[in-house]
Amino acid sequence: MIRVENVSFAYPGKEVIFQSFSWQVEKGESWAIIGPSGCGKTTLLYLLAGLRLPQEGAVLVNGQMVRRPRRQTGLILQDYGLLPWATVHQNTALGLTIRGVREPQRQAIVTQWLARLDIAGVSAQYPSQLSGGQRQRAAVARTLALEPDLLLMDEPFSSLDALTREGLQNMVIELGIESILTSVLVTHSIEEAVFLGKRILVLPLPPITQGTVIDNPLAGQLRYRGQPEFYRTCERVRQTVERVGHDGQG
Amino acid sequence: MGKAEGALATLSLFLAWQVAALAVQAPVLPGPLAVLAAFVQALPRGLLWHTAVSAWRVIASILIAVGLAAPIGLVLGQIKRLDVVAAPLIYITYPIPKIVLLPIVLLFLGIGESSKIFIIALILFFQVLVVVRDASSGVRPELIYSVRSLGARRRQLLRYVYLPACLPAILTALRVSTGTAVAVLFFAESFATNSGLGYYILVEGWGRLAYPEMYSGVMAMSLLGFAIYLALDWLERRLCGWVQLGK
Repeated sequence: MIRVENVSFAYPGKEVIFQSFSWQVEKGESWAIIGPSGCGKTTLLYLLAGLRLPQEGAVLVNGQMVRRPRRQTGLILQDYGLLPWATVHQNTALGLTIRGVREPQRQAIVTQWLARLDIAGVSAQYPSQLSGGQRQRAAVARTLALEPDLLLMDEPFSSLDALTREGLQNMVIELGIESILTSVLVTHSIEEAVFLGKRILVLPLPPITQGTVIDNPLAGQLRYRGQPEFYRTCERVRQTVERVGHDGQG
Repeated sequence: MGKAEGALATLSLFLAWQVAALAVQAPVLPGPLAVLAAFVQALPRGLLWHTAVSAWRVIASILIAVGLAAPIGLVLGQIKRLDVVAAPLIYITYPIPKIVLLPIVLLFLGIGESSKIFIIALILFFQVLVVVRDASSGVRPELIYSVRSLGARRRQLLRYVYLPACLPAILTALRVSTGTAVAVLFFAESFATNSGLGYYILVEGWGRLAYPEMYSGVMAMSLLGFAIYLALDWLERRLCGWVQLGK
């Protein structure tokens, strides 16, 4: 579904982040991307989202070169993604409004997703009135209301406390996001990567030419957290992150 | 400010005025009751009309200033290359007291409505321009990314992100500069005209030594400024509900 082909990218006046980097995601896979701070995880997500364009190489989704944000790609950010001046309902409806979905249908979709994510009771409130968990549920509702085929998440739960974070990670699994969509999750949490990513891409420090892929087939099950295999995989990912953090390319 | 606090503040002001009037004991400072009576009498005899003329001038100036400064500020805030060119120009012209340009404005636009509206609009323009530019450039990139990822193009970003982000700043700038706008209005109406509160205060009141009428005009001008301030406050509550939550 996603093909990153020999991509090179650097922000203006800054050091190169990706140098002839290639990577491939098949349809229906759920990936987690992890790596040392500042390694370029978020930049890779922005390249996939069409919010940044590579200086060399190409990003293709479903065979189409990504030159601008795709209609079928959903993006959930760590924070700041919701409009502070719009209520939860207005925020959830925003993508549908932008795409010209008419009122009766829009209302029905929004109502359904607000109920599904258990935030119908706060639909008239502004983001500043919500807890962190409710804000992220609203961000998830807004994105899923557009029925994307590719979901990109940039540290979506990192600003939350541990219990809320686990609750939302469970929600991702309960919604079946990983089974109905192709998803890419950027995170700095090893546990989150192992819990949600059936394949884990460990990125080294820049300039990045390749990453290390760790298969994690048991991810995406609520029972997985707490099992010995979960902790073994966490340890394996941790060692890989530490190794590529010190040695450079994986 | 609650109604009780407002009433108390008004009462205190009137009380201080009355004490001052009693202390001075001169026609140049009539007490508030005498002025209130003169104010009520003067309203149907021309004061209301002069107030309406002044209100029209200042409201037209506000609309023109916002209509021009807000889009330019939005563009400068978004397009850094343009801002780099415009910033030195704004930096140099912003501190110039625009009122000193009034004689030049009169030479070009004449003594009619346009010169008065232009000079007030010019003063407000810079206040609004600077705050809109700063508010527009201060919008977090993450917010832009997230809305762009929903499919928004530039026009929709403007409507759903930049405009609402700048609205509180525009209203604050207008509220802050309301006093200046009314002061400039008074100055602009003080010569070469036969309408407006500036004319009423200086010619119908001060010039004829009719002090209660003069104070009626001062009161009308104060009320005009206060009404604009209240209207902006109401607009902020109505349009920027989320800002109120943080107060």
